[in-house]
Order: sequence, then C-alpha cells, then structure tokens
Amino acid sequence: MAHFLFFGKLADITGAMSVEQPLPDTVTDTSTLRSWLDETYQASGALLETTVRLAINSEIVAEPAPVREHDEIALMPPVGGG
Amino acid sequence: MFDLLDQPFDPAEALKQFNTAIGGAGAVVSFTGHVRPSAHGSAVTGLFLQAYSPLTEQGIEQAIETATARWPLSAVRVIHRIGEMTPGEAIVFVATASAHRRAAFEAADFLMDYLKTEAVFWKKETGETGSTWIEPRSEDYQDRARWAE
Repeated sequence: MAHFLFFGKLADITGAMSVEQPLPDTVTDTSTLRSWLDETYQASGALLETTVRLAINSEIVAEPAPVREHDEIALMPPVGGG
Repeated sequence: MFDLLDQPFDPAEALKQFNTAIGGAGAVVSFTGHVRPSAHGSAVTGLFLQAYSPLTEQGIEQAIETATARWPLSAVRVIHRIGEMTPGEAIVFVATASAHRRAAFEAADFLMDYLKTEAVFWKKETGETGSTWIEPRSEDYQDRARWAE
C-alpha cells in the first residue's frame, strides 16, 4: 500500500485527503504515477500539472523520481499562507 | 523562534513577550496579518488553513535561518495559524529585532514574502457563495522575487 495525501484543492477533485492504495505494477516513477492517478480520479489533467509538486516521504522530489509501495506520496498544489 | 498554532493567539501579547527578549536591539519591527472580512467585494465568513508537517515547519525554520544569516538580527519570532479562523482573527505574526531599523524592516518583509508564496500552506476561503482555495497572487510572487540574490 502507498499512502496518498491530496492537499488543498486536490482533495476536492479526488474526494479524499488521505488514501491508502496499492500501486499497480505499471507505476514505477512519478511520471507513471501522475498519469495513473489522474486517470483513476478522472482529474482531467489536474494531477499532471507541473505546478502540482510531489513530496515522497516528506521530501519534495525533483521529477522523475522512483516511487515504491509503502511510500507516503503527497500531491501539493501551489502553496501560500500569511 | 517559530510556532504553528491551531488556536487563536493575541498578537499584542506576542509583541509584548518579544520585546522582553530582543538582546539589546535598537529596532523592533512587527507585522500581524488578520483574516479579511471581505474578498473581491463579497463577505468572507471563514478561512481554513492546512499545513503538511513536518515540511511546513522545516521550511519556515529554514527561512528564519536564511533571514538570520542575511541580516544582523538579535531576535526573530514567527507565529502562524492553521485550522479554522474567522474574520478579524490574527493569522500570522512576524517580529524582528536588530541594532538598526533597516535590517529589522527588511528581514520582516523577507519573511512575510516567504510565508505568502513558499511556506507549505493551503488556504480556503468561505463566503456567502461557497468555498474557494486561494493561491498566491502574481504580486505576491513579484514581491518574493525582490529577495533573489
């Protein structure tokens, strides 16, 4: 199982903020991961956008990066507080 | 020094406490951001702020380290809210202390620009017509770009 976290507006698209899901064999890196997630959640490209950054196990990664079962994978749309 | 709080805080009290530990500084600058009661001409009823620990904390601590390395600061304080807030509540407090005013002003400005555009937060505004996720404005990114070295 991989643990997915969808932050900000992405949770509205996927319907949940935190999801546990096994990775299919075809998903080995962030590129195949994005395509699979976008299709699974019918996100119409929202999860493919380069403004959406990925953090794996609490570290923002330079893509493409490998993904594995048991990873915590966070999808992060543009950030900003204040 | 940095705190992420899920409960309201009193910025006047935060400033009072800050002033007791400024290490002999001659200049103190503080900024408080409040939840606005309206946006784009319509009333705002609430604001929700989401963080991702430990990324949010690590990023802010690193920004404080950068500010401390760039300006001669004797003290820095950052408080940021998360969770549900109502209009008028303080969302962010930044205070800096230095021997002279310029460094204190610039460091506080730098930290606020970081918090607005790079700190790991997601912000949702609720109004009469529903909820919207808010992203930084282009002006916020332009402000942030002023500090590129």
